[in-house]
Order: sequence, then C-alpha cells, then structure tokens
Amino acid sequence: MTTAQRVNVALRKVPSWVVYLIGAVIPFYYLYLALTGAMGVEPVNSLERALGELAMQALVVVLAVTPLRKLTGVSLIMHRRALGLLAFFYVACHLLVWGVLDVQDPARMWSDIVKRPYITIGMVGFVLLLPVAATSNNFSVRRMGPMRWRRLHMLTYVICVSGAVHYVMVQKVWEIEPLIYLALVLALLAYRIPTLRREFAA
Amino acid sequence: MARRWTNDLSRGDATPKQCYLNRRQLIAAGSSGLALSAWPAAAQTDALEPNSFEEITTYNNFYEFGTGKTDPKENAGQLTTSPWAVEINGMVDKPGTYAFDDIMAQMDIEERIYRLRCVEAWSMVIPWQGFELADLLALAGPNPEARFVEFQTLMRPEEMPGQEYPILDWPYIEGLRMDEAMHPLTIMATGLYDEPIPNQNGAPMRLVVPWKYGFKSIKSIVRITLTDDQPSTTWNKAGPSEYGFYANVNPTVDHPRWSQATERRVGGGLFSKRIDTLMFNGYDEVAPLYEGMDLEAQF
Ligand code: HEM
Repeated sequence: MTTAQRVNVALRKVPSWVVYLIGAVIPFYYLYLALTGAMGVEPVNSLERALGELAMQALVVVLAVTPLRKLTGVSLIMHRRALGLLAFFYVACHLLVWGVLDVQDPARMWSDIVKRPYITIGMVGFVLLLPVAATSNNFSVRRMGPMRWRRLHMLTYVICVSGAVHYVMVQKVWEIEPLIYLALVLALLAYRIPTLRREFAA
Repeated sequence: MARRWTNDLSRGDATPKQCYLNRRQLIAAGSSGLALSAWPAAAQTDALEPNSFEEITTYNNFYEFGTGKTDPKENAGQLTTSPWAVEINGMVDKPGTYAFDDIMAQMDIEERIYRLRCVEAWSMVIPWQGFELADLLALAGPNPEARFVEFQTLMRPEEMPGQEYPILDWPYIEGLRMDEAMHPLTIMATGLYDEPIPNQNGAPMRLVVPWKYGFKSIKSIVRITLTDDQPSTTWNKAGPSEYGFYANVNPTVDHPRWSQATERRVGGGLFSKRIDTLMFNGYDEVAPLYEGMDLEAQF
C-alpha cells in the first residue's frame, strides 16, 4: 500500500460525526476564551477576527480537497461536505458576532452592508453560501441531478474569492497573511482551469 | 507656565497602586468640583473611570513593534530608552539636541486624565503624566514664522522589528498646526499611572492630542521640527482618503470603511455597548481653532 492509500484508509475510519463535532466545538471554545479574558481586553474584535480567520481556513481546506487528491492521492472527499458545512457555520458565527456584539444596531448593519465595500463583499460570500449549504445533502443531489448540483456548488469558487478579498480589504495596511490566503485561493482555482475548460467546452 | 488646564476626569488622588491596577475599584469620575478652570469641563462627565493599567498597556497600536494589538507589549521590552534625546530644529532660536533628563528637570509634571479615541472606533480613558508641549517648544524659542510642527519617531529596526517591513513609510512622522501644538490640551506624556511611560505606550516621551484620533499622538519622539510647510504625515501618505492631516475626532465624518459615529470603550467585555462619539472627542474648547474650516473636506 502506498502512503497515500494508508492515509486514505485512516481518514475513512474517522466517522463524519467526529468531524462535525470537533468542528462545531471550535467557535464555542473561542466564545469561552473571549468570555474568560483569554482573548485580551477587547474581546469583541478578537472574537470577530478569530471566527473570520477560521472561516477562511475552512474554505481553503474545502477548496484544496480536489487538488490534494489529484496531486498526492490523499482524499478528503468523504469529509468535504462536513468541512463545507462547518465553513458555512463559521461564517454565520462571524456574521452573528459582527451584528450582535460589534455593530449592535440593525440600521447601521444595513448601512454598512450597502456602504462599505469590504462588508458588501463579505456579505456576498455569506449570501452565496446559503443555497450551497442548503443543498449539501443527499436528497438535494438526487433531486437536482448531479450536473445541476455540481454547477450550483461551483459558487464555492466565488465564495472563496470574496472571502479572501474581504480579508485583504479589512486591513489598514498591506499585511502579508491575507495576501497569502488570497494567493492560495487563486492558486487552487487556477489548478482547476484545465478541467473546467474541458467540461464547459463539452 | 503649566497647569493651564484642569482635569474634568478624575481618579482618587491618593489611589494606592494595588487599587488602580483594578479599574473597577476606582472611584467613578465626578467633575463638578474640578470644573473651575479657565477651560470649561468637557460635556461627557459620566462613566469616566480610567481604564486599568493592564488595558492601557496590552492593547496598543504601535506598528514599529508589529500590527497586532498585543505585539507592542510583547516586542517593546527590548527598546533602549535611556539615554534619550530629542532634536528640536527648524524655525527656532535655539536648535539643538535636548537630553530627556535635562528636559524633565525643567518641566512641571502634572496629571492629565484624557479620553483616547482611536481611528478604529475604540476608546479608553488614560491617566497620563507629562507637561504641555508649549513648554517644551519654549525651551527652543519658536520663531514667529513657524506654522507647523513635525514630529518623528525613533528609527531603530534592530529594536523595532516592525520597521523591517515596509507596511508604512518609516520613520513614523506626524504633525500639528502651530496653534494646535501650543494649545494647553496638547501634552508630551512621560508617565502613566505615576510610572515612567511603558515602552509600548511610547517611552520615554510621546505626544497626546486628546481631540484627535490616536494615530496623531506620535510615540517615542526623537525629532521635533518647526516649519512653515504642512508636514507630510505617515498615515496620510499611506491612505490619503482615509487618514487626514487634521484627523480631528468627528462623529459626522466616517472613515471610508467604517462609521465614526460610535465607539466601544475598551474594558467592557464581550457585551459592552457602543457609546456615541463626541465632536472633538468631547473637548469642545478646541472648536475655535477650526472656525470657518470645512471639517468634512479638511478631515
Ligand atoms: C465568506 C465569508 C467571510 C469570510 C471568509 C470572512 C473572513 C474574515 C477574515 C479572515 C477577517 C479578518 C480576520 C483578521 O484580521 O484576523 C474578517 C474580518 C471582518 N469581517 Fe469577515 N468574513 C466573511 C464574511 C463577513 C460578513 C458577511 C461580514 C459582515 C456582514 C463580515 C464582517 C467582518 C468584519 C467587520 C471584519 C473586521 C473586524 C475588524 O474590524 O477587525 N465578514 N473576515
């Protein structure tokens, strides 16, 4: 057995619910840190940022599943749905902290969404995540048919780009970390171009 | 001539150190008895207990030590602040290098409890000790033709790791109009809670201009130049549409990426309510400096 195969066997042994459970606990753990002072003296912003970063990381992992399999043979495919739904959950938590703890005012939330480009772009990411998350189940795959389902889930590409662009725009100066995430997202998308070309040409 | 301005915020004068380290044990501010000075007390007098020493020294923007809020606390320990000198030059009678210890020997150190409003929409209340900038400038004898003051932070990448990255155009430069610099509210802070000012807060000497966004209050100053040209300042160069030269706290002029109408006072925890931001950060006495100016255009 190759290393990749051995890794795959091990990965397949991890039940889905374990991935969901561990993934879902992280935001609550962050909340605990924020409540107990472990996130510093201004926990609202720290929590908001920690959740944004977590969402970004989950999206990059989801996007990496296919290239990782093609390049190394290691397949996370059986956990991709869990990872994707977790990413949606993290973005939702991030949005919730923004609305409830940070901005605290529905009128200002709305004016920020329409007036501030980096919020608008983040919101585009969230809104596009809604249909993708809602159809992340076997029933939807069956009902929509694999072709239409796949097309809809290509929205993930747009979501990842808007998340990364939002991250770059949040900063006051050109910081290296968000640019690395943006580069990762673009590289993972560029890797797909040949396949997508063939698919759409056919 | 110091003591031209009297605190409208207070902390127990004799607060023992072990008490002031815990903000919640502080006596809440009541300004009525103190508002007898030439400068009228600022509007907001409720909820004005100073932030704790810990809050003021672990949540800092000092990009010379990194862009994270706790980076300055973690990285500033190695900064050598003694000996220290500041060069005062340009349109002055006595240009030269002024040793920090010599300056301190001549200054009348007083306490100023000021609100600090960061351009990022958070705020604190800070008990500074220091002296008025006007008194420092007087040592060098400003010439009448001087219209602006330019300040420069120390440039020492060996001790300031953030300066290794060109995220800003180092060294950090800030500036004030002459009348702003001479205003009695404008101070050079050298102490915090009766201790020498910690490195991460701008040791050994930093500007505090309480009616302007925090980035104007330049830290660890090594040069002061009096000039007749408006200084080209660091954040203004980095983002001319986001950070103006004046940078007066103004709830009606938003930062392009966020609203400036409200702020969150650091220290209120996860559920702290936003509070309204006040024009000139509540220091209405500076309004006459800007009479006739369009503060939306000259933000
Ligand atoms: C795909 C969706 C999104 C992703 C991946 C994402 C990710 C991020 C990341 C990585 C950060 C910066 C964290 C840091 O600097 O350490 C951030 C900051 C932020 N995000 Fe999002 N975000 C998304 C959607 C949203 C939405 C929908 C909103 C609100 C409507 C929002 C509001 C914010 C705000 C206000 C900040 C800045 C916090 C600050 O001022 O420091 N984000 N986000």
